[in-house]
Amino acid sequence: MSKEKFEILESTCVPLPLQNIDTDQIVPARFLSATSREGFGENLFRDWRFDKAGNLNPQFVLNNPEFGGKILVAGKNFGSGSSREHAVWAIYDYGFRAVVSSFFADIFKNNALNNGLLPVVVPEEFLSELIDLVRKKPQTIVRIDLMNQVISIPSENRSAGFDINPYRKDCLLRGLDDIDYLLSIKDEIIAFEEKNKK
Amino acid sequence: MEPKTLFDKIWDSHVVRSIKGGPDVLYIDRHYIHEVTSPQAFNGLKKRGIPVFRPARTLATADHNIPTINQDQPIRDLLSRKQVEKLAENCTEHGIEFYGLNHQRNGIVHVIGPELGFTRPGMTIVCGDSHTSTHGAFGTIAFGIGTSEVEMVLATQCILQLKPKRMRITINGTLQKGVTSKDLIMYIISQISTSGATGYFVEYAGQAIRKLSMEARMTVCNMSIEMGARGGLIAPDEETLRYYKNSGAFPENFDWNQMTLQWKDLKSDPDAVFDRELEFNADLISPMITFGTNPGMGVAITESIPSIDKINGDASASFLKSLDYMGFKPGMKLLGHPVDYVFLGSCTNGRIEDLRAFANIVRGRKKAPNVTVLIVPGSKMVERQAREEGLEAILEDAGFRLREPGCSSCLAMNEDKIPPRKYAVSTSNRNFEGRQGPGARTLLASPLTAAAAAITGKITDPREFID
Ligand code: SF4
Repeated sequence: MSKEKFEILESTCVPLPLQNIDTDQIVPARFLSATSREGFGENLFRDWRFDKAGNLNPQFVLNNPEFGGKILVAGKNFGSGSSREHAVWAIYDYGFRAVVSSFFADIFKNNALNNGLLPVVVPEEFLSELIDLVRKKPQTIVRIDLMNQVISIPSENRSAGFDINPYRKDCLLRGLDDIDYLLSIKDEIIAFEEKNKK
Repeated sequence: MEPKTLFDKIWDSHVVRSIKGGPDVLYIDRHYIHEVTSPQAFNGLKKRGIPVFRPARTLATADHNIPTINQDQPIRDLLSRKQVEKLAENCTEHGIEFYGLNHQRNGIVHVIGPELGFTRPGMTIVCGDSHTSTHGAFGTIAFGIGTSEVEMVLATQCILQLKPKRMRITINGTLQKGVTSKDLIMYIISQISTSGATGYFVEYAGQAIRKLSMEARMTVCNMSIEMGARGGLIAPDEETLRYYKNSGAFPENFDWNQMTLQWKDLKSDPDAVFDRELEFNADLISPMITFGTNPGMGVAITESIPSIDKINGDASASFLKSLDYMGFKPGMKLLGHPVDYVFLGSCTNGRIEDLRAFANIVRGRKKAPNVTVLIVPGSKMVERQAREEGLEAILEDAGFRLREPGCSSCLAMNEDKIPPRKYAVSTSNRNFEGRQGPGARTLLASPLTAAAAAITGKITDPREFID
C-alpha cells in the first residue's frame, strides 16, 4: 500500500534536547489497547504534556505556542526501549514527518522508516547547534532534502549530510511499501522453502 | 571455508535474497504474536485482501494486558477484553494456534515459546515485542519487530532486515554466591550503557555463561535489548538438551540424536571474526540494583548513586531529571531505603527457577508489613509447577500469594500498576518513567534481591539471607 512520498521537507522545529527518550515516554503503555493505527497523536508524550490531574503542563515544549513544525529535534539515543510501533504512529499522527537526533535506537529507526517518518542522524555538534538555535529563534526553518541526503539551516548557511540505506531511501521517495515488494517475490520464497525441506 | 560466527551461520542460511545496497530478505521460522501489537497487522492483511501465508509457523498467546487474578472470568477492562477477543477472532479466521486465558499452555510469549519446544536451535524467530531476544538463549536469531513487520511476516513469512554487526561478550570466571544471571546482565549494561550495543547482535560466551541454566541464559539474552542490541544468542550445548528433555514438550520416541546432530555446527568457528569483542570477569560482579530511569543506571547494591561530578556534562541534565523522578539525590546510599512494592515476574524473571530462588529466601520468614508483593508466574506451566513443587505453600506461609500468569507489572497495561511515587523492587527489565504505572519508581533487581526486599521492606543485600 503506498504511503505519502517523502522528498523535501521544510519546516520549523520542536526542540526536545533530553537524551535516551524511550518509547514508554513517547506513548505510555496504558494507551496501547487500541486495535487501529489512528489517533495516537493525542497520547504523544502524554505524561510530559499533561500532569496527573490531566491539566496541560505549560513547561513542556509541545505546549509552548512558540514552537511548532514538522521536525522534532531530540537528544541522543532517541526511541530506545520497546518495539511498539505505536510510538512512531503517535509522532506521525501528531504531525511530525522527521526526527533529528545524533543517535536512534534500532527498532525505532526501522519502525519510523516503515511508516514514512524520516530519522535524520546528525553529528553531535550539529545537533547541539541546532537545538541552541531553535531555542533562541523558534522561527528558524530547517530543510531536509532526502534525495541529496542533506539537512540544512538556510538562514545560517549551515548544513550536514546524513546517511540512509539506499533501499529505504528509494521506498520513501517513491512512497512504496516493503510488503508490496515481498509479495512480488513470493515464488522465490516458496522455492526457498522447498530447497530447505531437503 | 571462511570461519563464521554462529550468528552468520544462522543468518546466511535464512537469506532468501539480498537486495543490492539494501536489506536482506530473511526467512522466519517462528513468529509469536500477542494481543497488543497484532491487531493493526491483521487489519493490514484485510485491507490488502490476503491471507496469512504460513499459519503453522505462528503461535499466539494473550499476555500483555490481561488481569492476573480471576482469569476464569471475563476481562473487566473493555478495551483489553476487545483486544484479546480480536486476537482470538483473527487466529480462528487465519488458522493460527492460539492459547488464550485459562488455556493450560497460556503464558508470556517468551516463556511459553521455549517451554513448548516451539523455539529450537538454529531458527530465526520474531515477535512484536522487543524481548524476543530471550529465545537467543537456545542458539537462535530472535528479535523484536514493529507492527508493520508483523504484517510483513504474516503475509510472506519473510522480513526485510539489514544485517547487524556482530559482537561477542565473553564472561570468564564464576558468579559468586547470591549473584544471579540478572545481576550479570545488569552489570554489563551498567558498564556499556543502554546504547552500548546498538547496531550489533551479541553472542555471549565464556565459562560463566556455560555454567548457567537455560532459565538463567534466557534472562541474559532477554535484556540484550536494554543495551541497544538487536538481540543476543548463546550456542546450544548439553544444558540446552537437558532443558528440552525435561520440558515434557517432546514425544517419548523423539529422536534426540538427530536433533543434536543438527546442532553440531551451531557455534562460532574458532577463528571467526567479530566486529567488536568485550570481556568481563564474573568474579567481580555483586548483586545489582538500578537507581535511575533506564536499565543502564545500575550499581552494585552496596554502592551509592554516583555523585554529579562523575557524570559528564551532556548527560547531567538527564541524570538529574531521572534522580528527581526517582526521589533520589546524587551520592545517596541505596541499602536500607524503604520499598513499597515488590514484583516477581515477567519474561526476564518469571520462570520456575526464579520462583524457586525467591521461595528459598522467604521460606520460614514473613513478608514485611509495609510492602505489597506481586508474584506472577510467567506461564500456566510455571504456575502448575510452583504448586506441585510446594513453592506456593512456602510463599503462602510467608504471607505471599501466587497470581496467575501474564506480563502484569512489567508494563502495567492491566490493573497491576505501581502507584505514583511508590518504590518497587522489580525483577522485570525496564525502569523507564511510568513503565510500571504513571509516576511509579522502579528499582530493577534479581529475584533474590526482590525476595530480600519483600521480607525486610527495604533495599537489602540478598547475601544476608544466603549461607
Ligand atoms: S513481560 Fe514485559 S517485556 Fe516480557 S513480553 Fe511481557 S511486557 Fe514484554
